Amino acid sequence: MTTQMFGAPIRRKEDPRLLTGGGRYLDDLGHDALAAAFVRSPHAHARIVDIDASDAVDVEGVVGIYVHEDLPGRVGEPLPLLIPHPTLTHGRTGYALAKDEVNHVGEPIVMVVASDRYVAEDACQRIRVTYEQLPVVVGIEAARAGELLVHDDVPDNVAAHMLQEVGDVEAAMAAAPRTLTLDLDIERSACMPMEGKGVYARWDRDRGELRMYSSTQTSTGVRAAVAAKLDLPLAKVECIAPDVGGGFGVKIVHPWPEEVLVPWAAIRLGRPVKWAEDRREHFISAAHERGQLQQVTVGFDDEGHLLALDVKLWHDNGAYTPYGIIVPIITSTQLLGPYKPGTYRCEFWSLYTNTVLVTPYRGAGRPQGCFAMERTMDAIADELGLDRAEVRSRNFILPTEMPWDHGLLFQDGRPLKYDSGDFPASLAKLKSLVGWDDFADYRRQAEAEGRKVGLGIGCYVEGTGVGPYEGGHIQIETSGRVNVSTGLTSQGQGHETVFAQIVAQELGVRMEDVFVTTGDTRKMAYAVGTFASRAAVMSGSAIALAARNVRAKALRIAADALEVSPDDLEIVEGTVRVKGAPATSMSLGTVSVLSNPLRYAFDEAAQAATQFAGTFDPDKPPVADDEEPGLEGKDFYSPTQATFANGMHAAIVETDPVTAEIKILRYCVIHDCGTMINPMIVEGQVHGGVAQGVGGALYERMAYDESGQLLNASFMDFLMPYASEVPTIEADHLETPSPLNPLGIKGAGEAGCIPVSAVIASAIEDAEGFPITRMPISPYDLWELRRRHADGEIPSLHRTSSTTRTSGTSSKEPTA
Amino acid sequence: MKPAPFEHHAPLTVEQAVSVLSEVGHEGKVLAGGQSLIPILNMRLASPAHLVDINRVAGLDSVEVTPEAVRVGALVRHAGLERSEEAFAALPLLRQALVNVAHPAIRNRGTTVGSIAHADAAGEMPAILALTDGVVEVAGPSGSREIEWPDFFLGALETSLAAEELAVAVRFGRFPVGTGTAFTEAARRHGDYAMAGVGVAVTVTDGVVSAARASFVSVTDVPSVLDLGPALGGVEPGTAAWDEAVEDAAEAVREHVDPEGDIHASADYRRMLVTELTRRVLPQAADRAGATA
Ligand SMILES: Cc1cc2nc3c(=O)[nH]c(=O)nc-3n(C[C@H](O)[C@H](O)[C@H](O)COP(=O)(O)OP(=O)(O)OC[C@H]3O[C@@H](n4cnc5c(N)ncnc54)[C@H](O)[C@@H]3O)c2cc1C
Repeated sequence: MTTQMFGAPIRRKEDPRLLTGGGRYLDDLGHDALAAAFVRSPHAHARIVDIDASDAVDVEGVVGIYVHEDLPGRVGEPLPLLIPHPTLTHGRTGYALAKDEVNHVGEPIVMVVASDRYVAEDACQRIRVTYEQLPVVVGIEAARAGELLVHDDVPDNVAAHMLQEVGDVEAAMAAAPRTLTLDLDIERSACMPMEGKGVYARWDRDRGELRMYSSTQTSTGVRAAVAAKLDLPLAKVECIAPDVGGGFGVKIVHPWPEEVLVPWAAIRLGRPVKWAEDRREHFISAAHERGQLQQVTVGFDDEGHLLALDVKLWHDNGAYTPYGIIVPIITSTQLLGPYKPGTYRCEFWSLYTNTVLVTPYRGAGRPQGCFAMERTMDAIADELGLDRAEVRSRNFILPTEMPWDHGLLFQDGRPLKYDSGDFPASLAKLKSLVGWDDFADYRRQAEAEGRKVGLGIGCYVEGTGVGPYEGGHIQIETSGRVNVSTGLTSQGQGHETVFAQIVAQELGVRMEDVFVTTGDTRKMAYAVGTFASRAAVMSGSAIALAARNVRAKALRIAADALEVSPDDLEIVEGTVRVKGAPATSMSLGTVSVLSNPLRYAFDEAAQAATQFAGTFDPDKPPVADDEEPGLEGKDFYSPTQATFANGMHAAIVETDPVTAEIKILRYCVIHDCGTMINPMIVEGQVHGGVAQGVGGALYERMAYDESGQLLNASFMDFLMPYASEVPTIEADHLETPSPLNPLGIKGAGEAGCIPVSAVIASAIEDAEGFPITRMPISPYDLWELRRRHADGEIPSLHRTSSTTRTSGTSSKEPTA
Repeated sequence: MKPAPFEHHAPLTVEQAVSVLSEVGHEGKVLAGGQSLIPILNMRLASPAHLVDINRVAGLDSVEVTPEAVRVGALVRHAGLERSEEAFAALPLLRQALVNVAHPAIRNRGTTVGSIAHADAAGEMPAILALTDGVVEVAGPSGSREIEWPDFFLGALETSLAAEELAVAVRFGRFPVGTGTAFTEAARRHGDYAMAGVGVAVTVTDGVVSAARASFVSVTDVPSVLDLGPALGGVEPGTAAWDEAVEDAAEAVREHVDPEGDIHASADYRRMLVTELTRRVLPQAADRAGATA
């Protein structure tokens, strides 16, 4: 029997190469290339009055200096708005090089191309740009006030205003026995991949062909965008994503200015050109996410059942909206998590500010939505004096109610319809893992030692694997080597391993014979990209379908040669053999030879194939009418809707009674992404996600001052957690298969980070006894909150702890 | 993030180094471990025309212990000093502080003398030089000189070293028998520059405190030492009087420091923090004093 590959915790095929320095990232390529560097705006909002490059042209090694006026045709037009939406009435995008005006610190104004990056930066330093400063809009409150405008022609700074409502919220709210209102605040953070962006382009003048490499999450997208911008036939543009050192969302946006400018310069100069983003550039000219102000009004009954949920979101989209309003749409839809809201209304405003643009970052709006919902759940529990887990479970959508249609449109414009999930089972697992019911004792003990501890919880549902499609192509060589390709890209997720597992399982071949290529438009021209936790679901399913096609073809050919029925054959470890008579067999390599009736025998496999005369029929062509040469198969997978994964996290934190330092003592995860292809890789994804979530909860923020300068644009002051700050993660899984795809899988990439801010807020609130409404939270923030609480500015929670209730609660007046 | 052009000099002796430094004057910078200087160059916050790289200079890489001091050469890396058993035996405070300096990778390159020459008020080792009443040994065009720590630190990132001078070593003074030391700090992340830190030395003679002092990280603009003798002198550690005396000492620290706020924490928070850290660190030092007495 072939060993079970699908579902096995196999070590990552790519790791020996990546961990021993064998990775080839963008900046490892093109050592002969010229280097590009950029003069970027030092001002958040200004008109460009004059650009004087006269001191820079003489710097030895400078090859070209370009400003907006130098950019011909479409290169000089605004960058595309990738995902329009009817409610995005005032979408705006920037230019590859700023035209007349800059709208955030870091916007590119001049491109210098020189012999190397050092020289290019020397030249940049000598270029003098004269600005006329304009009033600056920083922060959601300033944007919302609308007194100062980011774009003159965008009233009130509103890019988009959207409202979705299910049921009659007003009536339900009015009838609700109790209501509460919460004002919440989540600050900005960012993807911060270890490898920044980067582009390297070569122009073959003789053939009129552009080959470009980009550290991107979508090489097909970049290819199409660049072909359009540079007015090249698509057939003359190749785009390759080499090893990519992390993406987390920021590299799905395309084309970035540099992705247009670097190839353009390579063509214009007839020489290879490269740009590798440095960390400061990444901070001020890539993208951020998360920043939202939220107001939640909730109506509920005395048992804690939701009756009406009315949410308002003010979303900071930065200076431009090239990626549309995906983030607030996701927040507004995924906010509901595993719950039935009774009735639901969500209204959001997506607002311009003079800051770096905002595009999806792992979680993509969900951490904010989860924060809003879970803060609300805790508030209801507190109001009613109920156990927080109990309130959640009373509102769960039950397995018997699946599929559950919320009546909303999701990010893909399709119904928000949960395919499967067992929320009560997940919660039960989580409670036992963290010791939910024993926490009162744990707390009493801690308190006796003078320690302050708290328990927090957060639940989420994540739409994953959104369409429209991905494809898989499989080709088996005469050696038996199995080449697999899919068009979406890899940024370290382990695609080489999981896709190989799928193929090994479906085809009956050995893992070591399977070789996976991703993100190379030469191999697979049709693809969407790696984002939205979609690679396993989309490409995994497509590859499985392709493998089934290849398998059928292999069996057809082998059956013919072996003169048996295909039904009697099986494929084991790369050999096609007769079930029950394994001696009657041929290798897949031999099948591959037979599939491609060349006249020449190059190798042993081809010679071996000659023994299989097959059913030679002189009246039939060598390749049958309905066949193609080659042992190959291709298929595409295109689902009707997203598949919904879910998870529940709990944490125990300790807060220092004096210094307010916050320590995560335990972090527990129950995760359900349907059938797992490789539990080890799923767990790795969860760990990475939780680590980023911890960053967002306790450490990371974008400290803009009122003039729009980012004060912490380096890893010294932007505090990504080190390994020493990330707690040990205790994870367990539930596998509720998705009915939507051939493998029963759901996405897992973003999951880990989604509820972390909600969970940590819940735990700190539980330790402190007053509401936590703003994340991230630092020791200093908590210390300030304690002071304000002591001064009576912040009310106490009604209960003193999650599980030790002080007394039965009397009915209280609504606080709304 | 590439430095502006510079000329790289690689002297092999202290004399050569000093002579190059004299030639290039204010256009020059000493390059030791580069852990502070290279980021500054890469961000073009400074663009010296000459770097005098002392990494090949002979005779600067030893740690010597004398009855009075631990002498640390200019090429001794933080990690080397941290791991030196001799230095630890003579002055445990060095290791107690050094494990808080950045991360192992940085300590493997960064030098202790470089850290003192850099004179960052957020650095641990300038504070330790002060606490140990240390001295900087300097070579210059007109010979050698020694600078006592109070004369060395002039301001944030500012010392009395002249452009043509090289710090060849520092001497951390040893404490009398019966002294216990301790160091603690609070940073946002493990290994970061601290929001506040404090090192203390408590000498116990005949069961009672005979001397006590503290110095600070990130809460004073130059290293400074606070004499805790008035609060702790004559008190027996572990007694009720001791608890009160520690409170007094903490109060004295609160008044002594002058922190500034930044994006990570306000001045008030840092003041609270260093006061609390003092409360926590003094009993540790007193315990150790008891153990050595
Ligand atoms: C990520 C990171 C975190 C860090 N965290 C901390 C921390 O928590 N605490 C801390 O204290 N430090 C920290 N550092 C700094 C580190 O300790 C440095 O190594 C140290 O400050 C400087 O030592 P260096 O040998 O690297 O000096 P260099 O960077 O080479 O030089 C620093 C300065 O001192 C001058 N200089 C160096 N040696 C001499 C000499 N012999 N004579 C005259 N002038 C000299 C140089 O000209 C330069 O101006 C950190 C550094 C990094 C990169």
